[in-house]
Amino acid sequence: MAAFWQDILKDREAEPHGGWQHHAIDESEWTETAEALDGETAVLLGLWGDRGTIRMALLDEATNDVVVLALACPDGTYPSIGKHHAPAQRLERAARDLFGLTPRDCPDPRPWFDHGRWDLRHPLGEAAAEPADGAAYEFLAAEGEGLHQIPVGPVHAGIIEPGHFRFTANGETVVRLEERLGYTHKGIEGLMAGASLDRAASLAARTSGDSTVAYSLAFARAVEDALRVEAPPRAVWLRALMAEIERLANHLGDIGAICNDAAFALMLAHCGVLRERVLRASEAAFGHRLMRDRIVPGGVTTDLDDEGIDTIGLMLGEIRRRFPALVELYDNTASLQDRTVTTGSLSPALARRFGAGGFVGRASGRAFDARRACAYAPYDTLSFEVPVLMAGDVDARVWIRIREVEQTLSLVEQILDRMPAGPILAEPGKPSGPREGMALVEGFRGDVLAWLRIDEDGHVGRCHLRDPSWFQWPLLEAVIEGNIVADFPLCNKSFNCSYSGHDL
Amino acid sequence: MRKLLFESLIKPTLTEAPPSPADAAVEELAKTLGKQARRSLGRSLSIREVDAGSCNGCELEIHALNNAFYDVERFGIRFVASPRHADMLLVTGPVTKNMAEALKRTYDATPGPKWVVAVGDCGLDGGCFAGSYAVAGGVSAVIPVDLHIPGCPPSPSDILAGLLALLDETNRPARS
Repeated sequence: MAAFWQDILKDREAEPHGGWQHHAIDESEWTETAEALDGETAVLLGLWGDRGTIRMALLDEATNDVVVLALACPDGTYPSIGKHHAPAQRLERAARDLFGLTPRDCPDPRPWFDHGRWDLRHPLGEAAAEPADGAAYEFLAAEGEGLHQIPVGPVHAGIIEPGHFRFTANGETVVRLEERLGYTHKGIEGLMAGASLDRAASLAARTSGDSTVAYSLAFARAVEDALRVEAPPRAVWLRALMAEIERLANHLGDIGAICNDAAFALMLAHCGVLRERVLRASEAAFGHRLMRDRIVPGGVTTDLDDEGIDTIGLMLGEIRRRFPALVELYDNTASLQDRTVTTGSLSPALARRFGAGGFVGRASGRAFDARRACAYAPYDTLSFEVPVLMAGDVDARVWIRIREVEQTLSLVEQILDRMPAGPILAEPGKPSGPREGMALVEGFRGDVLAWLRIDEDGHVGRCHLRDPSWFQWPLLEAVIEGNIVADFPLCNKSFNCSYSGHDL
Repeated sequence: MRKLLFESLIKPTLTEAPPSPADAAVEELAKTLGKQARRSLGRSLSIREVDAGSCNGCELEIHALNNAFYDVERFGIRFVASPRHADMLLVTGPVTKNMAEALKRTYDATPGPKWVVAVGDCGLDGGCFAGSYAVAGGVSAVIPVDLHIPGCPPSPSDILAGLLALLDETNRPARS
């Protein structure tokens, strides 16, 4: 079976970059592709700017093929994808803020990252100085009798990241939620341009703190794809070990935190203990609680010794002993179920249309998991299931996490059993000319996409990191509709989207 | 649930002995607190946490302070939901230009006397994000800072050691 873009591209020869297909296309092909994004098996994986070029990555879920399409925009404009396919809209707004590339006929011309506070416009394109005015943002109108607005953030009540939520409510019921993000925009992609691979890797590791392993892995694999080098086998297995431990820590934290937002603190207390045990084992085995900067282009920086293996083994044993009782507790507490079941339901059609990854997609019937679909090493030889549910409510998102904790425990054991010996780092080397590379990696939250171009001098020319949250944040706006305001923290926590990973 | 609760009663506690107040923190506080109004906090410190643009790594470790191993509430330290209830702001991240005004307004909303603790390497001087068009700098570029707790991210023990130093120092009589 051919991927959906084959009809459009015909037998065109791919450009010589890395292991994925890369094509330069013209405007009519670009528009034709946009119209083919049907919300079934044709999925938008990302859309990002470059100087004078706009790119998008697509996935065909029927064949699991991935392609990167590039369109030159000599006049700084291109036909809007968002006009045909809503998930592209925020990506287009971000690309315009950063590069000044304007999507023609884009349904939403408002800025996204640019809050009017940078002293300049289009910082990564033809930058132009502009006094910071912090101009007011126009929220979409929601009109009707008895409606009132509740503005929340950017500074929230909990220990969480900043963002603004504008609720329009009728009494207790949310009629509309609109998010305004970009508060944590640090200019990571700007800092990466021209940076050495080491410096860019350390920035990638600081894109989203809870997914530092996933981001480092995505970045390293994109570099290796561009340079056509492979990390040594032991490094590949150590990377997977760290990625699974990160998933374990985050899922345990989330399960506790979701229940806590339903006022069930007991679960948070117990899950918090298990999460802490995972972080302590990470510290003992890899020298850092979050395993930051352990994965670099070419391999990993820290080897695992026998003591580390024992520590991880003890941690696994502890979780295997304690976790089942917590699952039972969740399952048998009616007051908790009363809060989570049927709350914040996401329809499978919407999850598919947005290509939602991670527990958000899998709780609503979308089975995509980059470990399975792209089958990157060592997952091609490991045995695991990808749990999928159809209910799409907070409860389903909790259950996906519970099932994934169980799968991850098994994966960590398999990885420890089969860990090959050998070196852990290979020098990535330098390219003979500009090279492009890409990687799609399954973080705990969903698929992280990294695309980059390495210039002749071995520095990063352009790097784009696409957090799974891009295709989950808009869905949070949809699921809260018709729920009560008091259930928003619960819905929000069950999504647990990243602010920093999204804002870059 | 009853079984879990009962087990919690009979099992030994997980909570660990506190770290000693960080030496570096005591030194920095001696300088910054010297000229400020001192008020005995007693054994109570209410903290409003503000993420001014961090990667969320520091937030994870600040969260961990509440788990059974560190249990900060035993020191009278608690996290509050509003700056108006706070004695101290615990600020993370390089301050992004998009967050600078929100941070300043949060500071202004905190009643005095108040303290500001910047957490993480980014909070010190912007860390690896310093120099970006979107970053204003470290926390002190926007509001006055009394104490820095370095690390990327600092471990919960490091953060706790810094907070205990602050409690100790603010309870000491003012130097003349």
